Order: sequence, then structure tokens, then C-alpha cells
Amino acid sequence: MNWELIQESWPVLVGAVPDTLLLAASALIIGFALAVVIALMRLSANKPLWGVAYGYVYIFRSTPLLVQLFLIYYGSGQYRMFLEDIGLWVAFREPWFCAILALTLNTAAYGSEIIRGGVQSVPWGEVEAARAIGMSRSLLFRRIIFPIAMRQALPGYGNEVILMVKATSLASTITILEVTGEAKKIIAATWSPIEIFIIAGAIYLFLNFIVTRGVAMLERRLNPLHETAIKDVSAGADIH
Amino acid sequence: MDLSLLTWGDGGWGDEMVLGALMTLAVAVCSYALGIVIGSGFAAMKLSHLAPLRWLADLYTTVIRGIPELLIIYLVFFGGGAVLRTVAKGLFGYGDYVDLPIFVTGMVCIGLSAGAYATEVIRGAVLAVPRGQIEAARAVGMRKGLRFRRILVPQVARYALPGLGNVWQLTLKETSLISVIGLVEIMRQAAVGAGSTKEPFTFYITAFVLYLGLASISNRGFLRAEGWANRGVRSA
Amino acid sequence: MKKLLTLAAIAAMAFAGAAQAADYKKIKIATEGAYAPWNYKDSSGKLIGFELDLAADLCKRMGIECTVVEQAWDGIIPSLQAGKYDAIVAGMSITDKRKKVITFSRSYAQTPASFVVGKSSKSAGFKTGVDRIDLTTVEAGEKAAIADMVKEFGGKTIGVQTATTHENFLREHLGKNITIRTYDTQENLDLDLQAGRVDAALASMSYWVPLLKTDKGKDMVAVGPGMVGGPFGHGVGAGIRKKDQALADMFSKAIQSAIDDGSVSKLAIKWFGFDASAK
Repeated sequence: MNWELIQESWPVLVGAVPDTLLLAASALIIGFALAVVIALMRLSANKPLWGVAYGYVYIFRSTPLLVQLFLIYYGSGQYRMFLEDIGLWVAFREPWFCAILALTLNTAAYGSEIIRGGVQSVPWGEVEAARAIGMSRSLLFRRIIFPIAMRQALPGYGNEVILMVKATSLASTITILEVTGEAKKIIAATWSPIEIFIIAGAIYLFLNFIVTRGVAMLERRLNPLHETAIKDVSAGADIH
Repeated sequence: MDLSLLTWGDGGWGDEMVLGALMTLAVAVCSYALGIVIGSGFAAMKLSHLAPLRWLADLYTTVIRGIPELLIIYLVFFGGGAVLRTVAKGLFGYGDYVDLPIFVTGMVCIGLSAGAYATEVIRGAVLAVPRGQIEAARAVGMRKGLRFRRILVPQVARYALPGLGNVWQLTLKETSLISVIGLVEIMRQAAVGAGSTKEPFTFYITAFVLYLGLASISNRGFLRAEGWANRGVRSA
Repeated sequence: MKKLLTLAAIAAMAFAGAAQAADYKKIKIATEGAYAPWNYKDSSGKLIGFELDLAADLCKRMGIECTVVEQAWDGIIPSLQAGKYDAIVAGMSITDKRKKVITFSRSYAQTPASFVVGKSSKSAGFKTGVDRIDLTTVEAGEKAAIADMVKEFGGKTIGVQTATTHENFLREHLGKNITIRTYDTQENLDLDLQAGRVDAALASMSYWVPLLKTDKGKDMVAVGPGMVGGPFGHGVGAGIRKKDQALADMFSKAIQSAIDDGSVSKLAIKWFGFDASAK
């Protein structure tokens, strides 16, 4: 173990953390909005909408992000003329845009499945009860389905956040120097992969540790009734 | 895109790419099986009454899920090899090169990672089995082994299958990382083809299609399994 | 415990890859297999290239039996250190930083670096006063050439393969004036040069010369001087573990004789189209 190298390298890697966070945060925020739309399309009775959403989710979940990233970034380069004509080349020219686009499309595909699962787990009785008291469709969605679905989806979405933080490491393949990009650079120059990857690993672990704790806290806050509900059930069980 | 590069036999890369896909499939299947075994074990630990077992399992899932898979591969391959060599030399005076076989190393790395995700899925599925059913089984006098076999496992399988399907997808795609230790699977074959012919597109699109194909076939398998596990269950 | 030891012993023997480095009768040589024309694969999956031919020649001269194995670049040094093979012949430039980790044979190839731009680019006619500069010692002539490059490329984006000697050069001499974009592989850089995401690319002539002759390179042109020395390192050599200095010496001797009788030049002309042998 080369301690000198570790001491020299960790400030460089830590310095790249904002880039990693920016990539992950942008993709997760935009991706979440897209995921909700896709999930609703998947749940809709409209066949074409359902089909588009199904195909989209299928393709993005079935192929490695590395290949998607590559095809979006270098693929768009092959259609420069066309993209220039429709004014999109300005965006596609930038590696950051392509990285966030690929990460967003990827996380939206996974996220939509998690949200769909959440929506499907909403007890039917609650929907019926809301209808019975005359809630409109949109109110029903806003007040009943969405909040319950989100609560159900939260643990799954927590996993997705962790996966996204790690997935940003692939942005280094399209010239972005986030944590892994910097790590690869130092490794290629010093040929000491173990030392550098341990620092990088510690950084990702730390970031994801915060994510895990954050999600756990949010879970507790969103389920304020959780513990009392369990108590009630057991109390009820005693009576009968 | 130059399809003529992808012909079969010595004149093209088609056979190489398909061989790569078979290797991907082989590693993925073995890693996945290992991951389920590891996942079941750690899920049992997480549900245990003994706090140290729970902590150990928590440590495993937090660390393995928290660090990029590439790091796990590097540590197991280079770190594990070094440990093995030290042991070989220290105990037997065997000074020559000793290495972990790459297929097994790759399988262990991906399996460890898949295991961490499988742990969470299986734990969630066990918790989803209504307690009342266990109590009912106990009440009718089922013994522990029978309760496990007849009540717990079939229902856990049902609840866990969709999640395990996701773990399979992850496993399949994660195999693309083990090209760094020299295993010639889809991604490594695509990189070699791209570097040798200067036609990266042809090869990455081929890789894309191959992954899609593997996922489609296995997806169908999972749907059938889900159908089988859910037989007799009324669904909304 | 005894059982466990026996098991471990069996396992150790079973896994022994046996790169018998101690007496150098039989060695294993690693190459990357994805860096045409240095080392790459033909469509039947066979390793070919300048370095494959060279390795065969050198092994004959050394009178030892060599097996060439393929290894992805990312793991190439750790696997050497671990003893998976005994030498690396994979287009590896000899630099002082790398010498801290492994030792090298003497260089067998020395190829100047050059900028390449699109034919329609404003820089397509870029020239400095000299055709070739050696940065081992930076004097007035070299300074003037670098000043010309700063003027030509100032404010532009230049692409280069990650952690190569070429990147070292850009950081050292043009870093303040240009935006550097680094790529995992040279092919990816080529794609971005064609797409116009970078204004110029810097790489070795051994890569450019064959490429520019093909259909892919028809819209590209090499500009500026050929550059060697200084940040570009001390040529390309075989990488060997530090403790195997004796093997490195054997390689150096064989390389010297292959250079002296013109074999390296011949192979270089066959694969690169020009004499890239290290004099």
C-alpha cells in the first residue's frame, strides 16, 4: 500500500465530488418527473401510450448504461448535420448534456417501474372509499393514490438513488472528469489501481451512506402512523 | 454501421460476438445462482434475533451496494490473488505464479454484488408473508420444517420474483465490467473489435442488440415463473 | 486444519498459471489486442500487429519460448506485478513516472506525435518553422514552435487519449491556453474529431499515418511539427517487473541487435508505413 500516493490523490478525488453529485442530482430530479409520466402511461388503458412506455422501459432496462451512453454521445455526433438543422446540436455537442440525458432516461425507466409497483400496491378499498365520498379523479390521484404510492415506492427509489450515484462513474467514458474519471486518470499515470480505487470506493460509500440514512429518515417521517398502527393491530388481536 | 464486419467464421466478427454473448450468459447465470444463495443467507441473518448477525448482514449490504462494482472486481481479483500467493508461498514455499481462475473470480465478484441486492428483495418478501398464516400453520400443528416448506417458501418466491427479476437484469449488465480481468464477454469483444477495425459503432450497436436479446429471452422466462408462482392467486 | 492445508495446496497447484520467470526459458508476454496497428486482432480472433511480429523476432533472438496472452489495458500492470505474465509488449511509452512502478527494456520504437484536424478546419494548413522538434532540451527553436501552437490552438478544444504521453505534453506546454478533453480510447477521440466536438486531436504518427490512408481518415489531415522527447517520453519499450532486471537486459540486447540489422525498421514500415524504429 502506497500511503504517499493515497495522501496525494484523495484531495483530487474529493474535489471531483461536486461533479458526481451534479450528474446524479440532475438525472434523479428530471428522471423522477419523467418516471411519473411513464408510470402513468404504463397504467393507462390507452394502448399506444402503454406500448410506447413499455417499449421504452424494456429497452433501457435491458441494456447496459455504458452502451446507452456511448450510443447517445457518439451516435449523436454521427448525425451532426441533422441535429444542427433542428437546432439541437448546441446541446448534444456538450458531454454534460449527453451524460445527464443518458442517466435521466435510464433512471426514468427504472423509476417508472418502482412507481408503478407503488401505485398498484395502493389498497383498492382506499380508492373505493375516496370514490364513495365523491372525490374527483384528479383529487383522488393527488390525495390518495400518489401519496400512498410514493410511500410504498420509497425504499425501492432509495436503491435507485444509490445506483445512480454509482452510475455517474460511467460518465468518465465520455470525457467528463467526475470521481471515477479523475481516479482513472491517476491510475493510468501511476498504475496503482488498488490505492486509488480504495479512495474512490470510500467516497462512493460515504455518499451512499448518506443517501441510505436520508431515505430511512424520510421513510420514518412519511409513515408517522406506522408504529401506532402496528400497536393498534396487536391490541385488536388481543381483544378478539 | 458496417454489417459486412459481422459475418460468421474467420472472415468476420459475428462468431466472436456470439461467443462473447454465450460467455456473458454463462457468467451471469452462475453469478446469479451464487447471488441468490448469498442473498438468502444474508436475508436470514437480517431477520435473525441475534444482533451481531444483523449487523454483519447490514455491513455487507451497505458496503457492497455502496461502492462501484468495478472496485469490488479489482479488490477481489488483484487483492484476492495476492492473498492466495502469500498463502501459497508462506505455507508451501510455492513461489511460482498462482492465480484465481478468471471465470470463478468474475462469478464471485458479480455474485457478491447480486447477493446484496437479492438480500433486500428476499428479506422484503419474507416480511410480506402475513404473520397470521404462520400462526395458523402453527395452530394446525405444522412443524417448523413443514411450515418453512409449505407456507413460507412458496409465498416468499411469489413476492420475491419481480424483485429477483430486477436483480437478474442488473447481474446480466454488470457482467460487462469483468472485461477488466480479461474475461472475453460481449463488452470486451466489442472493445477489441472496435479497436481493431476502427468501427466502434458497428460493435457497440451489436453489443446493444445482444444484451437486448439476452434480456428478452430471460424476461420471458421470468414472466412464466411469475405466472407459475401466482397460480391460484386472485389478482385485481 | 490439516485437511484445510491439503485442500489449499491442491487448489494452489490447480490454479498455478506457471509463468516460469526464474530461469527465463519460457515466458509469457502480454499485449492489449485493441490498438491497431501495434497489436490488435483480425476478424478470426487472431492477435496480429507490429508488436506481435516483433515479439516473435525478439524471442527467437533470446532463444526462449514465448506465449503471447491478451490482457485488457486497465489490468495490464497489476497483472504483471501479480506475475500473470513476465513482460508487456503493448505500445507502452517509457516515462519516468512509469519507471517508478516497473522497469523497461530499451526502446524499440520511437514515433513522433502530431496534431490532426479536419480538412475543412481553419487550422488545416497550420505549420511551424520546423518539421520536427525534440523537447528533450527546450531551446529557442522549440520555444518558437510551441508559441506557434499556442497561437494556432489558443482557446480551442483539443482531444487526447487519457494518461498518454500526449496528454502530458498538452498539460505541460499548452494547458493554460486550450481546453483538454481526454478519451478512453483513440477511436472515440476520432469520432469526436469527425463530429467537431474537438478542434484538433493529438496522437502518435504510428496511429495517424495508417489511418489517414484509409477511408476513415480521408477528411483529416496532420498538421504542425512531429514531436519527440521531453514529455513524450523515451520511446516505446517492453515493460517488465523490477525484480526481473535480468530479463529486461535480455530484451534490451535482443532489441539492440534487431534494430542494428534493420529488422525493426522493416517491421515498422510494414505496419506503420514509415520507419518508427528507435535509433
